[in-house]
Amino acid sequence: MNKKMLKISAINEGTVIDHISTINTFKVAEFLNLKEGEDVVTVGMNFESKKLGKKGVIKIGGRFLTKNEVNKIALIAPEANINIIKDYGVKEKFKVEIPDVIKGIIKCANTNCITNKESVRTKFYVLCKDPLKLRCHYCERVVGKEEIGLV
Amino acid sequence: MTFENRDIISIRDLSKNEILHVLKTAKKIERKPNPNLLKGEVMASLFFEPSTRTRLSFESAMRRLGGEVIGFAEPGTTSLKKGETLWDTIKMAERYADVIVMRHPVEGAARLAAEAAGVPIINGGDGANQHPTQTLLDLYTIQKAKGKIERLKIGFLGDLKYGRTVHSLAIALSHFNTALYFISPEALKMPDSYLEELDSKGIQYYEETDLLKVSKKLDILYATRIQKERFPDPLEYKKYAGVYKLNRSILPHIKPSLKIMHPLPRVDEIHPELDDTKHALYFEQAGNGVPVRQALLSLVLGRVK
Repeated sequence: MNKKMLKISAINEGTVIDHISTINTFKVAEFLNLKEGEDVVTVGMNFESKKLGKKGVIKIGGRFLTKNEVNKIALIAPEANINIIKDYGVKEKFKVEIPDVIKGIIKCANTNCITNKESVRTKFYVLCKDPLKLRCHYCERVVGKEEIGLV
Repeated sequence: MTFENRDIISIRDLSKNEILHVLKTAKKIERKPNPNLLKGEVMASLFFEPSTRTRLSFESAMRRLGGEVIGFAEPGTTSLKKGETLWDTIKMAERYADVIVMRHPVEGAARLAAEAAGVPIINGGDGANQHPTQTLLDLYTIQKAKGKIERLKIGFLGDLKYGRTVHSLAIALSHFNTALYFISPEALKMPDSYLEELDSKGIQYYEETDLLKVSKKLDILYATRIQKERFPDPLEYKKYAGVYKLNRSILPHIKPSLKIMHPLPRVDEIHPELDDTKHALYFEQAGNGVPVRQALLSLVLGRVK
């Protein structure tokens, strides 16, 4: 039984996203488009966590996230930790961090913004990280987390 | 501080010193006009959305300083109708002109144009977002009428939710030690994001629905039109249109020195019977568009420092 559990949960190399608050777990899984790939993926929820009460964990075998993907996770689940796994061991561990300027990840919530009319890479300035508040470089609209759509 | 080849897109791009420098330059040009200052320069006036005051005052500003003007007053006459992108239109226009003045119905259009163009772009209004030259002429008008901007009590009246002139002017005034009074119906209040910005700069402001409760304190009253085009529901518009109508009945409730401003066009916010009182400043305000725009054109073209 123990051996079988280990097979499901441990990965040889890849990424473990830990300390995701339970409500954000599926959002992160969805945005990483995990169901499309061929990587072995484990999505777990409601694990006990001292910090969060309940937490979610996502393990992705054979895939290392790009900086852009990590930035996006920071926007969806700023509480998350990223663990890089190699040879069944944690080679690197870091907390996701919202950058000061976000380029190309977020869609502007203002439908009359030029970025929604012409082919323009979006750019946002982070005014506040918690609660998240961003200002669009183009239309200058200030948006909160609930209004953010990912590109 | 240098303005040469700079874009004027948002009032947020200008520091207090830079704002004051524009006002000082406008004053100098107004006092001693030089009809050859911009000789040989060409301004492209690209109005993707109709405008009366902004377009005419920019064109007048350029011509009175000896410059030339090319452009269009509505997009119907351009290749935009054929589906040309803004980027391509600007890439074309920058080859024909030394400076581009543009108004566009889409927010952020001027910022994008500035990224496309090698020549300076001056934003003459991008949708509901920014209209920095209006803000500068508003500040110039206040300074000219009152001899100062600091320590004034400035009231904003009407549609504070959608009025971009109000938003920009409030942000610009946050550089100065002023007290701001936002007077509007509950549904057309100043948006929270602007109030938070004022909070973060420690600016003193008050929100009020009843003009008469604060009118006696004010040095400047900046009235705005309730903009019909901003309301999705005409019934909703009707509810608020004409909520604040200034006429002679306001006179006992204001300081003798109060000045009334309005970005124009007005509908019925200010009765013409106030036009010949010492309080009316709105036509002078519209006139101030010329020296302020002359200053901006001369600065970004590097003809004055």
